[in-house]
Amino acid sequence: MFESILIANRGEIACRVIRSSRAMGIRTVAVYSEADRDALHVDMASDAVLIGPPPALQSYLNIDAIMAAIEETGAEAVHPGYGFLSENAAFAERLASEGVTFVGPPSPAIRTLGDKIQAKQLAATAGVPTVPGYADPIADAAEAARLARDIGYPVMLKASAGGGGKGIRKVMEASELEEAFRACTSEAEASFGDGRVFLEKLILKPRHIEIQVLADTHGNAVYLGERECSIQRRHQKVLEEAPSPFVDPEMRARMGGSAVDLARAANYFSAGTVEFIVDADRNYYFLEMNTRLQVEHPVTEEVTGTDLVEQMIRVAAGEELSFGQDDVTIEGWAIEARLYAEDPARGFLPSIGRVARYREPVSGAFGTSKTIRIDHGVNEGDTINRHYDPMLAKLIAIGDDRMQAVTRMRAALDEFYVRGVNHNMAFLGAVVADEDFAAGNISTDFIGDKFGSRFDPTEVDRDPEPWLVAVAGAIHWRRISRGSRLVTRSMDDQVIPGRPVTLAADWVVMANGRPFPVELAEAGDGVEVRRNGQTYVVSSDWTPSRYIFKGTVNGEPVCAQYDSGSVGFRLTAGGYAAEIQMVSPRAAEMIADIPDRGASGAARNIVSPMPGLMVSIDVEVGQEVKAGDAVAVIEAMKMENQLIAERDGTIAEINCAPGDSVEVNQVLMVFEGG
Amino acid sequence: MYEIIRQLEEQRARARAGGGKKRVDAQHKRGKLTARERIELLLDPGSFEEWDMFKEHRSTDFDMDKNTVPGDGVVTGYGTVNGRLVFVFSQDFTVFGGSVSETHAEKICKIMDQAMKVGAPVIGLNDSGGARIQEGVSSLAGYAEIFQRNVMASGVVPQISMVMGPCAGGAVYSPATTDFIFMVRDTSYMFVTGPDVVKTVTHEEVTQEELGGAMTHATKSGVADLACDTDVDALQQLRRFVDFLPGSNRERPPERPTDDPADRQEPSLDTLIPDNPNEAYDVRELIEKLVDEGDFFELQPDYARNMMIGFGRMDGPTVGIVANQPMVLAGCLDIDASVKAARFIRFCDCFNIPVILLVDVPGFLPGTAQEYGGLIRHGAKLLYAFAEATVPKITVITRKAYGGAYIVMGSKHLRGDVNFAWPSAEIAVMGSKGAVEIIFRQDIGDEEKIAEREREYQAQFANPFRVGSRGYIDDVIMPHNTRSRLCRSLRMLRNKKQELPWKKHGNIPL
Repeated sequence: MFESILIANRGEIACRVIRSSRAMGIRTVAVYSEADRDALHVDMASDAVLIGPPPALQSYLNIDAIMAAIEETGAEAVHPGYGFLSENAAFAERLASEGVTFVGPPSPAIRTLGDKIQAKQLAATAGVPTVPGYADPIADAAEAARLARDIGYPVMLKASAGGGGKGIRKVMEASELEEAFRACTSEAEASFGDGRVFLEKLILKPRHIEIQVLADTHGNAVYLGERECSIQRRHQKVLEEAPSPFVDPEMRARMGGSAVDLARAANYFSAGTVEFIVDADRNYYFLEMNTRLQVEHPVTEEVTGTDLVEQMIRVAAGEELSFGQDDVTIEGWAIEARLYAEDPARGFLPSIGRVARYREPVSGAFGTSKTIRIDHGVNEGDTINRHYDPMLAKLIAIGDDRMQAVTRMRAALDEFYVRGVNHNMAFLGAVVADEDFAAGNISTDFIGDKFGSRFDPTEVDRDPEPWLVAVAGAIHWRRISRGSRLVTRSMDDQVIPGRPVTLAADWVVMANGRPFPVELAEAGDGVEVRRNGQTYVVSSDWTPSRYIFKGTVNGEPVCAQYDSGSVGFRLTAGGYAAEIQMVSPRAAEMIADIPDRGASGAARNIVSPMPGLMVSIDVEVGQEVKAGDAVAVIEAMKMENQLIAERDGTIAEINCAPGDSVEVNQVLMVFEGG
Repeated sequence: MYEIIRQLEEQRARARAGGGKKRVDAQHKRGKLTARERIELLLDPGSFEEWDMFKEHRSTDFDMDKNTVPGDGVVTGYGTVNGRLVFVFSQDFTVFGGSVSETHAEKICKIMDQAMKVGAPVIGLNDSGGARIQEGVSSLAGYAEIFQRNVMASGVVPQISMVMGPCAGGAVYSPATTDFIFMVRDTSYMFVTGPDVVKTVTHEEVTQEELGGAMTHATKSGVADLACDTDVDALQQLRRFVDFLPGSNRERPPERPTDDPADRQEPSLDTLIPDNPNEAYDVRELIEKLVDEGDFFELQPDYARNMMIGFGRMDGPTVGIVANQPMVLAGCLDIDASVKAARFIRFCDCFNIPVILLVDVPGFLPGTAQEYGGLIRHGAKLLYAFAEATVPKITVITRKAYGGAYIVMGSKHLRGDVNFAWPSAEIAVMGSKGAVEIIFRQDIGDEEKIAEREREYQAQFANPFRVGSRGYIDDVIMPHNTRSRLCRSLRMLRNKKQELPWKKHGNIPL
């Protein structure tokens, strides 16, 4: 076994590899960029080497710098994690040439499987099903019709030179084909200067299911079951689980067999993942093979009891797999949610800045059975910067069955408290609260269909759950009863008596502007909340210094996140957030009497949602714009983001120019009047 | 007797009706509550004791004697906020447009006099069209009586003005002489001369809102301490605000029980200061992690944002917090920031509220605009206010404290009681680059030498030890311990007594 291992990565995966290495008694070496001096992986490793400035090209992707770090520390092996250099054959070869072991597959396999066309050909020769279709350009509409008939509708026309979703036409039935062929050809011509198109079977409501394989250098290969990764947002996985609610043992064996066949055909060793697209009739087709450890590997680890990082290291050290296919069993259920520093309300733009608060859920942490696993790479006080993937942590909920895992995931998300940067916790909460998700009715269209392109937990169009209204009442009661215990003393320390305060019982909970009248009363160590003839007894040891409200409502355990505002507060639970204002019934009447002053809440200014570079400004001073119009483009984290006007109006000022670098919340444009 | 009671009830009903249903409806249509509705929301339920409900004006000119409404356009009295006594007047726009008559002014003066005697805050809910023109100079005399009392009460009891409608002309000088002005967005405005006069005199076209709306005063002029969204929001904010204030200068700041530990550690503060000395960080995070429950009432949040001021609590009692904000103008001192902080410190000093300064200041803002604007005089206000203050004064230097700004921002030399520095503190006459270019002028041009000198200078001054060796700071503390160290210091200082030499009053450079 190796004496020492260098982890050519950062964030949670570097921490993850360090944990397994440490458990195996291997000395760990972290590398870090200037932006990561205080990062968690640097603290955790036995040694750490600075490899360059923040941009990844000059640090985590800088092979020379990493080679120098290897030389400096005498590391015998390198684990690349995922991303960065993990699927870089040249890096693997460079290591080999210098006598350092790459903890991963052989470089020829990386090359072959990294090429989509070669990989597909290899799969076909290995007898692995691929999406039916013809990769050769089609001469005319008549040929297209003939080919489509062979494959069976629906089909998809794709531009040979295409990419990024352009030059694609879905054809549901034969009558649409001729027009679609003409349109696709001309769009391909216009967009890419290359009118060639080819034809493939269109899989409707597809699922994305992948098989984990593990192979050694002695010719042994096994599959460790599947992972269901259909919950995706714009091809980015959001939630993954193992096993898949869609896969039965027979199908698992078939898919696993195909995956192992492909691994053998590629002379593969180490851990790898074969991704399949699956249709409603349980037909599966090869998509690609990832020649690295996947982000979502923990769910496989939890249901198979295998430490994949450890196995990768053992394989790299030349050990033979200590178990065979028959020893692999799937027990229980695991679901992983990817927690990102991003802003779902602004179309999931990355959110950078300081993680001012980072408190992991405590549920299960002290229990005897393991119910929650958190692979994290940041601590409270760390900074999410613009150079890297803004992942905060991976939250894995484990249960005996799927429902238990889902329930634990819901509870853990409600308790996971992160502030300072925006994040997708409430969005994830909404996904796992969904009935179709709970029933396992999912496909890669799930998020697009249900949520569209943005999510704001305060805009969910429903009333808060009765228990949440009760909790709001109880919190208010605690706040006002504490407020009535203010003590004032004279300079010579005499208590100045106030008028005894009788707390009013009647209140109206305004939740996102919707009124819910309640009656509040002290009830033992709890608060009694009456509403619509129902009584809710809220028990909790909550005080205003806590940001998680945990307790029971009529004996049922509840949990919500509490953020104190200037006069009101916000409660977040289950993918729903309510801005709460507690007012007297008289005040509620007055609010109802007073006319809404209209859209004064809409932004009068366009502010930069993130630090970045102004790419273009699409309006001029004096121009009239409508709410929803794009007014400028800002580039950040290599992404171009459109800025949208939130109200109708005339542009009065423009305070920036293309090429300017702008800070978050910098006012870029001002609307006239207001 | 029965008849008298019946008449009394009738009178009360008339007074409560104010300007009548039509005018009340109009008030509501503007998004405004009536004078009595506002009092109802401000005070604890059932605590309001009204005075002078039947008082009527004495004017006879222009047939005014035929037009009287009991109460004369202002509701006055006292009540409690969370059990604590406050006096309040609330102008009734539905009665003569809330205009100030001689009697209207007398009602206000009466409660102000009483508030000073018993030691309780005065809250004014302003909603008035201005002077009652029919009364001529009597009305002006009324204003003057109020102004005089505002000045007499200043520093004796807290005075808060909530502007909830028009407040124009000379009338603005009553709120202006009180301690705090809150305004309601879109429905309130304050100016000395209105848009019409402005247009006649300067040919400027400007709306009421632009000239003197809540946003104007909250962002441009600094006249308003807070802009609130609606009447309901404003009155809830006001209740929250009153909880921070002592009733008078004879009281200690109120204490609110909390279970937030006084020795709460905040490990994340150890990484608050970025590695790069030129990178900004948000001092708000520091403030919210220091005060009880993160509950911070910021004042003037949108004005002179390079300086943050506001109230928080430390283990119960109120403290005033003054902090440079590195996110804006690198946290440097300019005219507006200096005046903002100076006035706040003086309020705290009047009312026995300890002051905590969080210092990260690269210096005073250079430029002709600042110098022509009188940065010397205005910067001196901050120095004066801090040096004069006798309340407990604690300073934490988190990073930069350069030059004159170091002295002004709560230095030991100006009678700072407890002065802490974080390990990241740099206390020097100026930043290393500027200093080296002066001390080693002969080496300018030799980049290598200059860089070397800069490193030397950094090593000498980019740490808190040099000032520590002089005793100018009392201790170097770890950021994560800051709350704990502040709470202990505040307890130690609780009975601090310090007197100024006898004088009629000082002469702050106004």
